[in-house]
Amino acid sequence: MKNCLVVDDSKVIRKVARHILESLELSVREAVDGQDALTQCEAAAPDVVLLDWNMPVMSGMEFLQALTHTKLTARPKIIFCTTENGISHIKAAVEAGADEYVMKPFDRETLESKLAIVGVI
Amino acid sequence: MALPAVPVSSEGATRILSGLLEARTGQILSESRAWRIETVLKPVLRTHGLRDIDELASRLLRSRNPGLDEDVVHALLNNESSFFRDLQIFDMIRRQILPQLREKRARERRLRIWSAGCSTGQEAYSLAIQLRNEAELWQGWRIEILATDISRAAINQARSGVFPQIDVQRGLPVADLLTWFEPAGDDWRVSPDLRRMIDFRQDNLFDSRAATGAYDLILCRNVLLYFTQERRHAVLDLLAGRSHDQSVLLLGAGETVIGQSEHFVPHPDFRGAYGRKRALAAGAGGPMRCAR
Repeated sequence: MKNCLVVDDSKVIRKVARHILESLELSVREAVDGQDALTQCEAAAPDVVLLDWNMPVMSGMEFLQALTHTKLTARPKIIFCTTENGISHIKAAVEAGADEYVMKPFDRETLESKLAIVGVI
Repeated sequence: MALPAVPVSSEGATRILSGLLEARTGQILSESRAWRIETVLKPVLRTHGLRDIDELASRLLRSRNPGLDEDVVHALLNNESSFFRDLQIFDMIRRQILPQLREKRARERRLRIWSAGCSTGQEAYSLAIQLRNEAELWQGWRIEILATDISRAAINQARSGVFPQIDVQRGLPVADLLTWFEPAGDDWRVSPDLRRMIDFRQDNLFDSRAATGAYDLILCRNVLLYFTQERRHAVLDLLAGRSHDQSVLLLGAGETVIGQSEHFVPHPDFRGAYGRKRALAAGAGGPMRCAR
């Protein structure tokens, strides 16, 4: 079973994402900010990270930059999932190495299609 | 298992509305849509100041009102569509079908594609994106993409090339969003380059005026399932008339030509696709002939 790390400071978003991801037969871990996510990735790299942008302690973008300097057994696919819906943010995320981008609000179909695009399901 | 009865609409009104849909489009009102007929028609009721679908049916019977007819038909059609719907199919088109067509049509350097029943255009735009992403392979080619649908409203939306945020997130890779779309308020607009590649036309599949000659690739996905057996046969006859010996036909998952057409058989090279029976029986790769 493939593993997804949901990184979001909102408990509600984590819960909704978990519900959708588990229905797609992924196992789910949660992190409350970028730093928490980085620690979890160092311990065991997930197959995919669903990543919020604005979070306390360490933002999604800072996490992504830190991840590139972290030695991992395999690089997870990164899907940004954020309310930052402007084209400049999307471009910046892709340039920083994000594989996909989900603009909130999202639904099951959106998440499913993005996971298929990055080859996780 | 018996379906629950339609809750609010009277049987008579549902019959009248489904009769209108069938007369205009050949489609039958599926059980799933009959069940939510009240919901899908709510915007129409609001626009035309009608109380309920009984009043709507009675208005349709009483007087000829083309605008109302068209709104009802559009609401009853299933216009669900998404970019790169069924990713594996588009993968097969890119990796297998287009390379084969490129080889077989190399002398003419002309590629003709028909998206039949294109709804709001996502399928046609997805094909255009695939072709433009590999533009270097199609240098010097004349590429035509025809996209047709019975619904004028759907075609108008397709032509506008403007899609809400939720639509551009379903199936469309972010790289393609950045390359081929630009923000338009809260929505996203397809680039003029891509829009120019597609000829969107309102057209009836039973009497197609828009599709002329033979197409190399025909997509008619999730359309046949709304027709009776007899009408499926008629549509496949028409598609046969717009194909040649090397054409490839793609239907929706769960749709088939088997038992529906004497012209098409499963394609030996492409899983889930169909080709002309005569050509495949004789061995693919013969000279290109228009089918009928």
